[in-house]
Amino acid sequence: MPPLDASQLPPSTLFFLLATVVKMLAIFTLYMVVVAYTTLAERKVSAWIQDRHGPNRVGPWGLLQVAADGLKNFMKEETMPGDVYKPLFILAPALAFCSAMIAWAVIPFGAPLPTPWGRIDLVVADLPIGFLYVLAITSLGVYGIVLAGWSSNNKYALLGGLRSSAQMISYEIAMGMSTVCVLLVAGNVSLNAIVAQQVATGWNVLILSIAAFIFLVAAFAETNRVPFDLPEAESELIAGYHAEYSGMKFSMFFIAEYANVLTASALFVSLFFGGWDIPFTRWDNAGPATVTKSLLTVAMFGFKTYSCVLFYIWIRWTLPRFRYDQLMSLGWKFMLPLALVYIVIVASAILGLDAAGVARTGWAFKGAMGSINLVLLILLFFVIDRGRLISPASSRIDRERVARIRRATDTRSTLGSGEAH
Amino acid sequence: MGNVFVSLLYGFNFYLFGLIAIASALLFVTRKSPVAAALWLVNVMFCLAALYVMLDAQFIGAIQVLVYAGAIMVVFLFVVMLLNLGRGDADSDMRGSVGRIAAGAVGLALLAEVMVLARSRFPEELTLRAAQGLAPVDVTAGVIGPIAGPLFNEYLLAFELTSILLLTAIVGAVLIGKKRVTDAR
Repeated sequence: MPPLDASQLPPSTLFFLLATVVKMLAIFTLYMVVVAYTTLAERKVSAWIQDRHGPNRVGPWGLLQVAADGLKNFMKEETMPGDVYKPLFILAPALAFCSAMIAWAVIPFGAPLPTPWGRIDLVVADLPIGFLYVLAITSLGVYGIVLAGWSSNNKYALLGGLRSSAQMISYEIAMGMSTVCVLLVAGNVSLNAIVAQQVATGWNVLILSIAAFIFLVAAFAETNRVPFDLPEAESELIAGYHAEYSGMKFSMFFIAEYANVLTASALFVSLFFGGWDIPFTRWDNAGPATVTKSLLTVAMFGFKTYSCVLFYIWIRWTLPRFRYDQLMSLGWKFMLPLALVYIVIVASAILGLDAAGVARTGWAFKGAMGSINLVLLILLFFVIDRGRLISPASSRIDRERVARIRRATDTRSTLGSGEAH
Repeated sequence: MGNVFVSLLYGFNFYLFGLIAIASALLFVTRKSPVAAALWLVNVMFCLAALYVMLDAQFIGAIQVLVYAGAIMVVFLFVVMLLNLGRGDADSDMRGSVGRIAAGAVGLALLAEVMVLARSRFPEELTLRAAQGLAPVDVTAGVIGPIAGPLFNEYLLAFELTSILLLTAIVGAVLIGKKRVTDAR
């Protein structure tokens, strides 16, 4: 065995602090740039989906559109409507953005990087409570929206804020419950440990597909994206919670939305798609840390995360918005019970496999969990659901109601036309 | 050199968060608007969570933020907003000077009680002997296990009884909040 050099050992305290500051700055810069370009990606992708060109005037392929938008928002007048609660009106956009950003602190984005002064983990803070920290921080995201709605002194903004708080509380529970299964399989809450577990047992999306599904739906609701963007439903609420905002303050909400999407995507990738793990290979997980390995795993993590972001955008231009009661019944009557039942099934499966002495890293464990998952998936989507629960818009009760209304209007219109003759 | 720096940082942060917590608590009880008061309370909870983390109780810190700041206070705000309280001075629930003096006296009495209790010795039955164990926690092996282990093995009955108590409260709340269909007709 070759002697270990300094680049493979943990760094000294001082260098650790220095490296942490550098990592924070790097992540912040990169994050802001990516978020800015995600706003452009949204416009470009929506254009392609609707068979348009999208922004293409500023810079090559419209790439400088982001800078132009930023400049425009800085130059715009900041309006301050009468009777707003000023401190909170100004604080709210910042709050909305901060909670999305600080959740990044615990997300591991690459294999450890060797430097002459010691090995650096590519995560800002590898907290032992990892995932709980993420849950705690994302649960604060609602404050920005709620306070913006309340302090605006506008009934539509207030309604948007109320909707948002109710929606986020409802889906937070389903989200937390769906991740319990991941924590059960990993046996730890540190995100580094969860990524390591996925390297050993295969990605969680293959053995916990239903948890991934619930998490994805809840993440859409938590980030207020279509089909759950009721807090800013423009046909009902003007622009919802940010109706009274203008200039850079409005822009902060705009940035916050994409920041939230990026954070939710990174979390989804870390929990269910193996984090920075490169699929079908082993060399990236074993052996000493090298610079090549770090760079490639970071690129892999970026690729996975951004694919997920593009999925978010794709969904936005594909699905219509839910009605508010549909949103609530989906959250409380379907997602939550499903997550609870799923926890019981996964926990008993793991208990049974552990009692039978099946090693967690072996093929027997993967095969057993995978086949249980397959059976449950078929049961959920083809036997239990059959297009009723997951799409409440087409639920049987609703269809009957629509048919009744249609019959009533049909009768009335035939009566009306009869009178006209 | 590094260790001295870290311990300095530790001390600085301890007093920083302690002072912010006290200041926020004072602002919390003196604000007239319920929304502002609720937000100062959230700030107090954050500082408490930071202090828990500095005592290496990271799990409790995270739960503090998750449950109190992230869930309970959001529901508080939700109710305040739904009733549209907190605008103007008319709906302030501040009492007159008698009430303020009484509240201050009760607060001082409680503070004195805490001071006395912190300095006094507990009876032998109440102290936790070293032999009973609070084993040192190995952070690398996870911080949840040492809490979950005793909770689901030794104290399972108490844990389940607590959850049944909570369930009863939820059922009660739903029953009280439920619209009576017969009355509406």
